Amino acid sequence: MARQHKAIALISGGLDSMLAVRVIQEQGIEVEGINFFTGFCVEGHTHAIRNHHKDKEKRNNALWVAEQLGIKLHIVDVIEEYKDVLLNPKHGYGANMNPCLDCKIFMVGKAVEWVKSNHQEGFDFIITGEVIGQRPKSQLKRTMPIIARESGADDILLRPLCAKNLPETLPEREGWVDRAKLYDFHGRNRKPQIALARQYGLNDFATPAGGCCFLTDEKYSSKLVDLWQARHSRDYELDDIMLLKVGRHLRPEPHFKVIVARDAGESKFLEGYRKQYPSLYSTSHNGPMALIDGQFKNHHDVETAASVVARFGQGRTAERVEIELTLPDNGTQNLVVSPLASEAIPAEWYV
Amino acid sequence: MSDHQLDCQRLLCPLPVIRTQNKVKELAVGDTLCVVCTDPGTKNDIPAWARIHGHSLVSIEDKDDLIYIVVRVGA
Repeated sequence: MARQHKAIALISGGLDSMLAVRVIQEQGIEVEGINFFTGFCVEGHTHAIRNHHKDKEKRNNALWVAEQLGIKLHIVDVIEEYKDVLLNPKHGYGANMNPCLDCKIFMVGKAVEWVKSNHQEGFDFIITGEVIGQRPKSQLKRTMPIIARESGADDILLRPLCAKNLPETLPEREGWVDRAKLYDFHGRNRKPQIALARQYGLNDFATPAGGCCFLTDEKYSSKLVDLWQARHSRDYELDDIMLLKVGRHLRPEPHFKVIVARDAGESKFLEGYRKQYPSLYSTSHNGPMALIDGQFKNHHDVETAASVVARFGQGRTAERVEIELTLPDNGTQNLVVSPLASEAIPAEWYV
Repeated sequence: MSDHQLDCQRLLCPLPVIRTQNKVKELAVGDTLCVVCTDPGTKNDIPAWARIHGHSLVSIEDKDDLIYIVVRVGA
């Protein structure tokens, strides 16, 4: 009896990877999913920190997709390993700080490791939802072989949605997969995918605008670059990149910035960091929680930060606002400041 | 009372799921694990993860700003 072949699928949580799995499942092949957490992934939960996203269902799309497909999903923490991808991308960045091609090579390479370590359980090949021409940086006809080669996947990497536009892969040559039943999608037109989804009865799927990674976001990228410039070091920890997703970031001086929550949800989130970062909030008026990233050099810095925080609270028009500054391991100070007027905050302070 | 406890306070999804997934690998079939979380998304994600991997959800409880999710390890 012929051995049952299995595939591991890169699951982003979007429609394309979902369809790629269904196409292969239709051929009687067992599929499991793998999803990589880089720290930059856009998830409903990250948005859900903010109150105005409370109506959105707080679900992880990759898990949801896996459940719809009836497959296991292995979520892998690659935060540390991913630093090298982001900091030293061989193929450079896209429009912002997104190293899309290197990222895809990295993730397919991790899937190759998975196949090797799980070969005894029948895993033989990798599938992705890539479509030629779908993405300007990483999904081009010329980048498809680069990903296959540099990831080490070579011909065990099958892209079911555009396989007919690419050379035969091992699963096709060996007859594990019928090439005739694969697809030839290309370009940015989503109609073929939508039609195939309908054919499979899939009506609910995530369509994240701007992709599934914060690094494709211009504002997020500029905050990341600002962080590196301020620290004179291109490095980061998970807390750094999480905080870049939250609040208004204002940098009055090169040596510190103020992160001001935009609503109660963000205030609550920032409260969790008060043992690590200096924090400020108004004790005389309702207002946001704020953190300081960096160091105060003198009392003027402290007053500036407090005046910024006062400006974003309900005491913004008051003459005086009381602000409590808490320093980790160094107690609290009570300050009385005049809130900065909106026009008194230079535009260049906003990161 | 659960057999094991895992602290995932302040972690945002999918990190609580990843920590749960890794912890469960160390446990025996039938063991219960209580995951303590603050991200409300865990109330959907940890049960979803458990379902697709053949584990069962024992309970979800909100108490004092914390979320307690108990899963029983499946075969």
